[in-house]
Amino acid sequence: MEFSGIVARIEEAHPSAVIEQVVDEEVTKDPFAVLDAERLREVMQTLRDDGNLAFDLLLSVAAVDYPEAQPKAKKKADPPPDPIPGRFELVYHMLSSVRNHRFVVKIKLPHVERPVAPTVCDIYPTAEWHEREAWDLMGVHFHDHPDMRRVLCVLDWVGHPLRKDYVFPTEYHGISCE
Amino acid sequence: MSQLTEERMLDSGEKELVLDVRTQDMEINMGPQHPATHGVLRVVLTADGEILTSADPHVGYIHRCAEKVGENVDFDGYIPYTDRYDYLSAMNNNVGFALVVEKASGLEVPPRATWLRMIVSELNRVASHLLAFGTYGIDIGAITPFLYGFREREWVLSLFEKICGARLTYSYAFPGGVINDAPGGWFDEVLKFCDVFDRKWREYDDLLTRNKIFIERTKDVGSVTADQAREFGWTGPCLRGSGVRYDLREAQPYLFYDQVGFDVPIGRGEMGTVGDCWDRYWVRMAEMLQSTRIVRECVERCIKDTTPGEVMAKKPKTLKVAANEAYVGIENPRGELGHYLVTDGGAQCFRIKVRGPSFTNVSCLAKLLPGTMLADAVAIIGSIDIVLGEVDR
Repeated sequence: MEFSGIVARIEEAHPSAVIEQVVDEEVTKDPFAVLDAERLREVMQTLRDDGNLAFDLLLSVAAVDYPEAQPKAKKKADPPPDPIPGRFELVYHMLSSVRNHRFVVKIKLPHVERPVAPTVCDIYPTAEWHEREAWDLMGVHFHDHPDMRRVLCVLDWVGHPLRKDYVFPTEYHGISCE
Repeated sequence: MSQLTEERMLDSGEKELVLDVRTQDMEINMGPQHPATHGVLRVVLTADGEILTSADPHVGYIHRCAEKVGENVDFDGYIPYTDRYDYLSAMNNNVGFALVVEKASGLEVPPRATWLRMIVSELNRVASHLLAFGTYGIDIGAITPFLYGFREREWVLSLFEKICGARLTYSYAFPGGVINDAPGGWFDEVLKFCDVFDRKWREYDDLLTRNKIFIERTKDVGSVTADQAREFGWTGPCLRGSGVRYDLREAQPYLFYDQVGFDVPIGRGEMGTVGDCWDRYWVRMAEMLQSTRIVRECVERCIKDTTPGEVMAKKPKTLKVAANEAYVGIENPRGELGHYLVTDGGAQCFRIKVRGPSFTNVSCLAKLLPGTMLADAVAIIGSIDIVLGEVDR
């Protein structure tokens, strides 16, 4: 199924859950749909269970940090609103092995020290580790996640390395790395 | 020691004896230096006698944050880092990253480079599956297959050495093409390898596939249904072992895979249930023959249809990619290797997310191991065929 068909299907089942859809080649080579973060879980449920969509594989959950993200009207004179909406984005890449199509879902999270997103790991169990990775490397917390530990860095690591404002540590447990 | 403590009547009228058996759960630390974990994987197992009750995999021992590195080096400079995540299939990793940069930037690749990429990818798949085959034998207790497997793998590595100079971390495919053309006589040697390999493959088959002990250790062990495999997010041979015919080379062809003919082997439960360890093993074995078949066809087309020497697109010395984002998934020997690239107009990735098949495949251990025998844990971990370099990135 084409991108527009998939989005139409979602909008039919969940009116107004899709905030924005981007099919512009200049912006992305893979069209994506931005969802209301509050309604991510119900849409994911539909994506998995609807026979025509049948997205049985959640491939990855990528967190992206856009520290410069601004609201649409870009007037440099205006001070940025606080908190800046949409600093962190979560990108869900979906694949259907039954229907053989792909789909990209995004949600935007506000610019706060500890953004919180809904977990989808009861719908897609594979998301458990992907969400742990997003927490570990980008500091996005997942609400209701059963095991929100770091996965790649050691448990006592400080900070989230993939954030754009991450400051590289100069020492670790007394070992200097300058 | 057990003693009879209680006797009670069931609703059906039968008598049930309740025994007081004192058992103690034992916590076993498997890894990170355990040979059967194929790298630095640590699994904390809890066992009730011989039966596992829980498993908690710990990863990250060789975490280098390759994704952060990608934000600090240019696109060409990131290629050597891709070698190092799944170091057993570095050619495929190079191709995966090159493809995503090409998709985002619109670079056109010369056809000869694409054919060469396919040849090296498939040869690398053979080498990788040979290692999986050999080490799986060791996990189960058979040393000989490992030595056999390394003999042919050595030949593949020397073929790679001739084309790019390296034996493990190749850095052969770059955005825009490949670094150099095949040297004289290389194609003939590749074809010779394919012919010899197909004969040798029968030896492996005799040696391990139908081996009674091997079958006893792997059939009906770690069975995963198709639905479970999807829940785990499995791709590649693990998913196909569970009977799902899904191969990106066939379903969503990249490079020139739509122009070559090959079959997609899937697990059929020949020895026991569908999706057991034996099925996953068998899918890898059968795939090797398909790979040599693809290689033969690619070599023929590469010689016939393309001009020698044209292997790299014209591109600026420092490639800059306009603000864009793209995702490309390719069929690695272990499953779908996805690269999600976000660019901002600069010479570096703004964000590069690597979706590694091993990372996803290993995450299921906590759900797959409980309820199995302790000795089977080794068989199951081996059958998933993980590479820790890519789990940890």
